[in-house]
Amino acid sequence: MTENKVTLSKKDRLSVCWRSTFIQGSWNYERMQNGGWCYAIIPAIKKLYKSKEDRSAALERHLEFFNTHPYIASPIMGVTLALEEDRANGAAVDDVAIQGVKVGMMGPLAGIGDPVFWFTIRPMLGALGASLALGGSILGPIIFFVAWNIIRWAFMWYTQEFGYRAGSKITEDMTGGLLQDVTKGASIMGMFVLGALVERWVNIKFAPVVSKAKLAKGAYIEWDKLPKGAAGIKEALTQYSSGLSLSPEKVTTLQANLDALIPGLTALLLTLGCMWLLKKKVSPIVIILGLFIVGIVGHVIGLL
Amino acid sequence: MSAISMVLVIIVAFLAGVEGILDEFQFHQPLVACTLIGLATGHLGEAIVLGGSLQLIALGWANIGAAVAPDAALASVASAIILVLGGQGVKGIGAAIAIAIPLAVAGLFLTMLVRTISVPIVHIMDAAAKEGKIKTIEFWQWVAICLQGLRIAIPAAALLVIPASQVSGALNAMPAWLTEGMSIGGGMVVAVGYAMVINMMATREVWPFFIIGFVIAALSQLTLIALGSLGVALALIYLKLSKGSGTGNNGGTNTGDPLDDILNDY
Repeated sequence: MTENKVTLSKKDRLSVCWRSTFIQGSWNYERMQNGGWCYAIIPAIKKLYKSKEDRSAALERHLEFFNTHPYIASPIMGVTLALEEDRANGAAVDDVAIQGVKVGMMGPLAGIGDPVFWFTIRPMLGALGASLALGGSILGPIIFFVAWNIIRWAFMWYTQEFGYRAGSKITEDMTGGLLQDVTKGASIMGMFVLGALVERWVNIKFAPVVSKAKLAKGAYIEWDKLPKGAAGIKEALTQYSSGLSLSPEKVTTLQANLDALIPGLTALLLTLGCMWLLKKKVSPIVIILGLFIVGIVGHVIGLL
Repeated sequence: MSAISMVLVIIVAFLAGVEGILDEFQFHQPLVACTLIGLATGHLGEAIVLGGSLQLIALGWANIGAAVAPDAALASVASAIILVLGGQGVKGIGAAIAIAIPLAVAGLFLTMLVRTISVPIVHIMDAAAKEGKIKTIEFWQWVAICLQGLRIAIPAAALLVIPASQVSGALNAMPAWLTEGMSIGGGMVVAVGYAMVINMMATREVWPFFIIGFVIAALSQLTLIALGSLGVALALIYLKLSKGSGTGNNGGTNTGDPLDDILNDY
């Protein structure tokens, strides 16, 4: 049996990795990612098992319930490939062991994928791309798309290879300090960037005018005393850049007062309010629709 | 709109629908989907701005556990098509976003429908596995993927059939107070996404970093890249320091308590 040992070539592993791109394709309420997982591992099954009975057993084995973060499936896939390879070569790896490794890894590892990919990398790349796109630059979407896919593919391929080499030992490796460090580091960075995003991108402006103060003569541009024509424009611009006000009245809005206190305070309060509502199990969709209504009503009555 | 544009738009919609479930290439993210539709229809400029605005709203939308996030794919595809058909250029973006939000909710029900239809599909796979029929399993996997694509492609095609004059007529009929109010609402809605993310990540330990980020962002000269680098640096420093007491002072009297070590040194 050891003379003709079957091993998975790099090509086989690349093929599995590529096909695991479609792991969520047949996501269903019964066994979630099972169809996609089975679809992904098919090249390995074809290589390792030749008889119809073996193949059929392997296919059924990999149609069991499976669900994790789609990219995190890759290291688990790597380990599973190593186990299947051993099994095909005669080692005593039974169905329970393989299913045990899959289920044992999917839970804890999904916990790392969500904060790292959905809550740190995607919001950051998304905000970076969006800020460029708001200026009408095509670079925004391009940077978002290219950077995301490089990171994603590199992660999937290298962690699958890592899992394949480490075999079943990976579970011990990953539950050590490294896993905790990555999760904590991602949430620190995520929270920092979120703080910045709340200040920059949540828009709420109160329109009401708090005070109108008459400015002293000489503090504003006296439009009727400017010379005629281009000379007048030049004079006005000079006066403006030296700090003179455009109108004889200084208008202070409620928003200007709040900004003087802490810039972005209203945005922060709004965000905290949303967090509170979400904790109270209010659906995000209800909150979103509610905010639109607040925006419309607030605008009509002149508050926003 | 020319026939080629319409075909391209439907292809983009299909890709967005597929990605809405796969979540791999990110074709369903507004930044990408709106831009591609803009490219297909020759309205690139305003489509990019729409994509950017919607992306900010959708930043925190992710399907985690039981939490259901609104569907970015239908929202971005449909609002981009409406923006293009409406022909109001950049001015139409506020209204397009306002329409996108209810569509994001509608998309949610469509994806739940397809995920339910996928249950009998995996039962067909089970039967095929018993027979060892690999090709059949692969075929049904692709059927399921295509169903997710059609989930967005069919509504997109339906929108394309509606004459442009009708769309722009409906948009023009919206009074100014409504569209302006909706843009104001759009500015606030961004907070919901952030709140979802913060609720997932926040612990007593990481809140201070939120405060630092919030305060530092007021310095408008800092770009997002600069802020990101600061975040990475802070995370690395914190991780190093939080377990530094063991490796930091190998002075022999290492008790694991830095204060105690300092006192012992005296």
